[in-house]
Amino acid sequence: MLPYAMDTDLSSQDRKDLDKFIKFFALKTVQVIVQARLGEKICTRSSSSPTGSDWFNLAIKDIPEVTHEAKKALAGQLPAVGRSMCVEISLKTSEGDSMELEIWCLEMNEKCDKEIKVSYTVYNRLSLLLKSLLAITRVTPAYRLSRKQGHEYVILYRIYFGEVQLSGLGEGFQTVRVGTVGTPVGTITLSCAYRINLAFMSTRQFERTPPIMGIIIDHFVDRPYPSSSPMHPCNYRAGEDNGAVYPSVEDSQEVCTTSFSTSPPSQLLGPGKEGGVPPVPSQPAHGTQADQERMCTPLDGVHYSAATPSSSEDTETVSNSSEGKSGSPHDLLETIFIRKVGAFVNKPINQVNPPDSPETESPLQGSLHSEGSSGSSTGNTHDDFVMIDFKPAFSKDDILPMDLGTFYREFQNPPQLSSLSIDIGAQSMAEDLDSLPEKLAVHEKNVKEFDAFVETLQ
Amino acid sequence: MNCRAEVLEVSVEGRQVEEAMLAVLHTVLLHRSTGKFHYKKEGTYSIGTVGTQDVDCDFIDFAYVRVSSEELDRALRKAVGEFKDALRSSGSDGMGQISLEFYQKKKSRWPFSDECIPWELWTIKVNVVNLANEQERQICREKVGEKLCEKIINIVEVMNRHEYLPKMPTQSEVDNVFDTSLKDVQPYLYKISYQITDSLGTSVTTTMRRLIKDTLAL
Repeated sequence: MLPYAMDTDLSSQDRKDLDKFIKFFALKTVQVIVQARLGEKICTRSSSSPTGSDWFNLAIKDIPEVTHEAKKALAGQLPAVGRSMCVEISLKTSEGDSMELEIWCLEMNEKCDKEIKVSYTVYNRLSLLLKSLLAITRVTPAYRLSRKQGHEYVILYRIYFGEVQLSGLGEGFQTVRVGTVGTPVGTITLSCAYRINLAFMSTRQFERTPPIMGIIIDHFVDRPYPSSSPMHPCNYRAGEDNGAVYPSVEDSQEVCTTSFSTSPPSQLLGPGKEGGVPPVPSQPAHGTQADQERMCTPLDGVHYSAATPSSSEDTETVSNSSEGKSGSPHDLLETIFIRKVGAFVNKPINQVNPPDSPETESPLQGSLHSEGSSGSSTGNTHDDFVMIDFKPAFSKDDILPMDLGTFYREFQNPPQLSSLSIDIGAQSMAEDLDSLPEKLAVHEKNVKEFDAFVETLQ
Repeated sequence: MNCRAEVLEVSVEGRQVEEAMLAVLHTVLLHRSTGKFHYKKEGTYSIGTVGTQDVDCDFIDFAYVRVSSEELDRALRKAVGEFKDALRSSGSDGMGQISLEFYQKKKSRWPFSDECIPWELWTIKVNVVNLANEQERQICREKVGEKLCEKIINIVEVMNRHEYLPKMPTQSEVDNVFDTSLKDVQPYLYKISYQITDSLGTSVTTTMRRLIKDTLAL
């Protein structure tokens, strides 16, 4: 039994609804926060017809791994007094240094609002609070850092449930309150504490390198945690398929309220439930997400297709840059890192370069790869020579296979124009000379027309 | 009923006016838009889904979230564009303000036309500055970005006070509370107007034609 104060006034249906709302609010909160730190622009589509799977009437995608982690952290409980749900956002450099940037806290206090209508007012206010969260996640300093993540650092998240731990944020951290919603069982508060002392790294340091991938992984095991909340070394095994598909909607009962009433509450339940809110299995939800993916930046479109092959490639590139620490926990770290890199990379895998390698190597690697593929098509003398570093002016890092360097090579030696080749040239020249008198005669006949044309031009 | 009024002030460079205004207006409208209502039998209704998208500013180090609705975006851009042109052509010191007002319509008996009763008014006071060189512009980019972050936090704080909001209307009343003309989202009824302050300090009021379909009782 959850220790809510004085819950006897709440009808059991309202109580059930409220618990459901709070649960899904917590899950959506985590999704919004994590997605805002992926390093990419988010875009979802408005839909005038409710689908039954869009909680709080907002199109917020569910990344299944994130939902899974959130549910794991919650372990069937809900935020309550003294038990807050926290999402910790931190930064980890390629050298292994890490720093906590933000802690987002979803808390509950004891201040109850008995009069408020659960299925209507609380629901709408939670929706408003999610919108505020969408807005606020873009204005804290970590947002800009996360948009620039890539070679030199990545942004990580961790979800925990229990007491809020702010000690990792350094001195002088600031707090912004996103908002509160009163309910009959307590007041939900959403806030963010963020570090302002980014002393050992400034954002300028990371502006040089354009990000080529946005990664979020959800664990790190190389820092001690003062609290008793358990660390989660994600124990994925290498053989396990990336198709450990996490169900996004578990029960058929977990359907969001889509019907509201302008009539008194007693009438709500009947028509609302009859209103054909369908039990939503995971397929429609995925369908909606697929639509959204097609329209917008493929946030995790590659997630599902980057299965084991790419992961094994990553093993070679990333583990070469490991810090040289030995021991199985660290290997586990590297393995997990690799799996997640495969999961969230949204560029072709062969562009992933080890973070330690000097930058000058990457254009070379890129152009080598692309030359390898396109060199044979030109079929010219280049094949007999050793490939040298070719960096054409104004070209950027090789991101696309067809880049400036490849273009130069392919079109440096175009075939001769046929009219310039001697034999054919001589033939056509003779023909031209013969036909010249005829052409002249025709033109002289049309002199008047030409003159009139010239007149019109003046 | 009292109309809740909030005032925000920003100092920006000329080319930043548009993005700064759009950032603020879109953030307010994000909170003041719902999905489309679909009324069903017996007074129940269901609500459509509001999508959102990130917008990066070109002239300010800033990003914001707006509702995914091209119609709404176009309407706001049109209003802000006119405000920007007016600011530029007024020859004033570059001071003006743009207001976003949410209102409810109250039907009156014939021959009187409907009353528009405002319930929330957001005013953004703008001061356009001229900068001398690129270095100043770069600093301005960052500073204005930081200022806008503060404004967003202010807006969110006001929104979460959960003060007066119009009651959810019945089907017959929905056009008195919401703008139902958009096909994908449904903001509360709003209108945008602006004033340019000329160099003498007097205001020249220019009210724009309404951006929503105006239904007259007469």
